[in-house]
Amino acid sequence: MSLADLFRKKSTSSNNAKSRLQLALVSDRTGCSPEILEKIKNDIIDVISKYVEIDRANLDINIMQTKSESGDGNVPALYANIPIKELKRHEK
Amino acid sequence: MGEVIVVTSGKGGVGKTTTTANVGTGLAKLDKKVVLIDTDIGLRNLDVVLGLENRIVYNLVDVIEGNCRIKQALIKDKRYPNLYLLPSAQTRDKSAVNPEEMKLLCDQLKGEFDYIIMDCPAGIEQGFKNAIAGADRALVVTTPEVSAVRDADRIIGLLEANEMKRTDLIVNRLRVDMVARGDMMSSDDVVDILSINLIGVVPDDERIVVSTNNGEPLVGDDSLAGQAYMNICRRIIGEDVPFLDLNVKKGFFSRLFGKN
Repeated sequence: MSLADLFRKKSTSSNNAKSRLQLALVSDRTGCSPEILEKIKNDIIDVISKYVEIDRANLDINIMQTKSESGDGNVPALYANIPIKELKRHEK
Repeated sequence: MGEVIVVTSGKGGVGKTTTTANVGTGLAKLDKKVVLIDTDIGLRNLDVVLGLENRIVYNLVDVIEGNCRIKQALIKDKRYPNLYLLPSAQTRDKSAVNPEEMKLLCDQLKGEFDYIIMDCPAGIEQGFKNAIAGADRALVVTTPEVSAVRDADRIIGLLEANEMKRTDLIVNRLRVDMVARGDMMSSDDVVDILSINLIGVVPDDERIVVSTNNGEPLVGDDSLAGQAYMNICRRIIGEDVPFLDLNVKKGFFSRLFGKN
């Protein structure tokens, strides 16, 4: 994704529509409100931050529909993409 | 053995009836024997869109209640020898029919027709349940708007819960000029959000209004919408048809919509 794309993503009404919809559908599908998702996200950040330094700006946590392992139908899955900046050195 | 297809959307006004009329007529043009069933009891519309409103004697509720035989209620479209309509009742409501009765009707029609296409009412209540009861597959119609896409997602969830064997998406009334400006979601955006198979993209086209005014579905004519509908029909019968490149026609579109 180029810088221009990033800029464009923020500025058009269609991208606004898409991101609003994606958030609304997460709560529609799972009964999990955006507020709870935000709390999950913060807790995950806290836990992972104990061990590694993460890139908070590019962190992405979402609930998505994925194919179930048995192959029939979709199941919700928590998807997290957490870029690591640096592994912290463990001290005894 | 025929296939029962339900055309549904959740939200009203996105083009279910227009889609039913065009897909049905298109399949008949492809030499398939087709019956269209208007399941929107109390709000009869498919007959006027097809231009068959003056020929109704019996309706869906008459058939269900046994006031007539199925054959007596079917209206044969004189323009297409393979196309029939089972109109809805105008003076009754959704509770006049139940899902078991609809399923039985579908099973009876399957022996006679290649495709039985049900025009589903808006909403997720009784009328929706009736329309999907006997269906083998579903076409979910949406427009690239937040309200329509959200309702489509709900419908897709309900179809899954009812173990619909196959569900495909039609993105209707796409305006390529607005997509290019970033002021309308593209069909890719909608597919991203709903994550189901896309079977057709129908551009917004003034000629749809004209064709509805005249009661003559435009499927298969040289308009972009007419071509898009015919492509959907070909995909339904299993042909592998590439999607129309709507972007190439930018000049055409800006002429169509530029003055708005």
